[in-house]
Amino acid sequence: MTGETGKKAPGFDPGVLVIAGLLTIAGAVIVWSAWSAPAAGGYARIGPTAAPWVIGAVLLILGGATAVSAFRGSFPEREPQAFPPMLWIVGGLAAQMLLIKPLGFSIATGLLFAATARAFGGRPLWMTIPAGIAFAFVVWVAFSRGLSLNLPAGPLERLL
Amino acid sequence: MMETLPLLGQGLLTAMEPVNLLYALIGVTLGTAVGVLPGIGPALTVALLLPATYKLDPAGSLIMFAGIYYGGMYGGSTTSILLNTPGESASVVTALEGNKMAKAGRGGPALATAAIGSFVAGLIATLGLAFLAPWVVKFALSFGPAEYFALMVLAFVTVSAAFGDSTLRGLTSLFIGLALGLVGIDQQTGQARLSFGVPDLLDGIEVTTVAVAMFAVGETLTMASATHRLAEKVEAVKGSVWMTLDDWKRSWKAWLRGTAIGFPIGAMPAGGADIASFLSYAAEKNLTKHPEEFGKGAIEGVAGPEAANNASAAGTLVPLLTLGLPTTATAAIMLAGFQQFGLQPGPLLFITSKDLVWGLIASLLVANFMLLVLNLPLISIWVRLLTIPRPWLYGGILVFATLGTIGANPSPFELGLLLAFGLMGYFLRRYGYPIAPVIVGLILGPMAEQQLRRALAISQGDPSILAGSAISITILLLALFMFLLPIVLRARGRGKVLAQLASDTD
Repeated sequence: MTGETGKKAPGFDPGVLVIAGLLTIAGAVIVWSAWSAPAAGGYARIGPTAAPWVIGAVLLILGGATAVSAFRGSFPEREPQAFPPMLWIVGGLAAQMLLIKPLGFSIATGLLFAATARAFGGRPLWMTIPAGIAFAFVVWVAFSRGLSLNLPAGPLERLL
Repeated sequence: MMETLPLLGQGLLTAMEPVNLLYALIGVTLGTAVGVLPGIGPALTVALLLPATYKLDPAGSLIMFAGIYYGGMYGGSTTSILLNTPGESASVVTALEGNKMAKAGRGGPALATAAIGSFVAGLIATLGLAFLAPWVVKFALSFGPAEYFALMVLAFVTVSAAFGDSTLRGLTSLFIGLALGLVGIDQQTGQARLSFGVPDLLDGIEVTTVAVAMFAVGETLTMASATHRLAEKVEAVKGSVWMTLDDWKRSWKAWLRGTAIGFPIGAMPAGGADIASFLSYAAEKNLTKHPEEFGKGAIEGVAGPEAANNASAAGTLVPLLTLGLPTTATAAIMLAGFQQFGLQPGPLLFITSKDLVWGLIASLLVANFMLLVLNLPLISIWVRLLTIPRPWLYGGILVFATLGTIGANPSPFELGLLLAFGLMGYFLRRYGYPIAPVIVGLILGPMAEQQLRRALAISQGDPSILAGSAISITILLLALFMFLLPIVLRARGRGKVLAQLASDTD
């Protein structure tokens, strides 16, 4: 969105149709949740379901308008993307999420660091994993001891 | 007018306390250091550094926060002058002339005019904030829920539909944010909404989690997946950082013009710093006596937009502090920072927490002086940060992004949200959706709903109360105008200008 937008890709754009579908599903879920919620009693005319009704309905309309754009091809052109680096980063974040409880902040976050470095073509993993764990350990000490943030501890942190 | 000086004086006494000076110094240093890193704009700087302030007392934390905010703005200009990939959209314009100057061996004067211009603009605009705020507060004390609701509608329109290259995409981003804002327990009735029985969702979705996910994780995914990367070359700062007499002559008017353009744009709920710096650039280009230099490194083209950028950053604090109204993603994250201490910015804050507010405003002045020192003599330290290899840089960004998320809520579920919103941010970017409306919608949506329901409770359900006063009618008409103007402009083929004004990261 730095100004090169505005170029038109002619024709049908399946990616945009997927977005339209997701917006429609989100709108439908929100409207359904408002519809199925227990009615607010008393004199509250505008209860907790009013905003979901409106926001859900607008999302449905936006989904429809986006679907029209998909067929018109009125979205800006996109650059081709490389997927392996993305998978490294998503994998690193997922690994950190799963390992942070059992293994603690430093090991889990060190793996995330190494995976991200790998996505940007960094050094081999046998170097970046120890470097990442060391870095994350320093960060853990600084923030959990220095600023007393509550960061999950694992075997490595308990050595301290 | 008259009451500002004693209050500001009192605030300066608070700001000059040694411990607060230390907080301000830490804030500006961290803000500059993070702001200088390529790919990190002020919104992400503020979101990433929020956890560092969790355990401080409110006054110390907000003073540090103010330093981070101003420091992030300064740091961004260094990146865009020395590296042709600006770290913040507000500095895109600075890169046009600044990077050309650096390539021509005039990087020193370019950095100097940016730093001194930022200082001049920050000084004038912060004083503007100090003198304007009591006036707005007096006005706003008479506002009822209907007026607040109208103001929020105006903010929604300006952040989503008024600028950018597509009303459809701006509105979609806004409503994604509003939908996310619904999640959790309804504040008035205690009814759970859109939580699907997940206990972690009952407290709602954290603004900082979404902001960090979309700006840090989304940006990292975007950069990692780019198939052809721009050749990035850090320009060495050759020669003196001091400006010649001619540089001064050409800069000072541009600084003042930039300030005059930037402050009102920030102060009105009319968009962010990128719009101000773009307009300032256009003004300098029209007024210059050296039109042949534009595009090749004209110093006015750096001086004006940088001043406008900082003046607008200070201006944004006017609606944020006096009305509790965030108009940019950065301001939305700052509002979240206030709320973590149970403070609700708005006219009442100026009465209930007078010392805190004026200490904050005064510490902005102090931070501004510190930044001038940090950014002129010590510039070479920051320049070194630009040469961090990409793998380490983005690895570090994600470490700190996840650190902030776990620090706020130590649960793997929060990291799952970070990953999910990060992917969402990536796809939003890829398809040309702006991010700022998501963040502003998320934090402002529940506030707008509350005001709406209060207004209708007062009127016993009669919706005419929403347009029941001259103030709310004026604001709603202004919102309608801001909504229709871009549609008309685009229909008449003037949409390109709006696309360049797109509010993105700031």
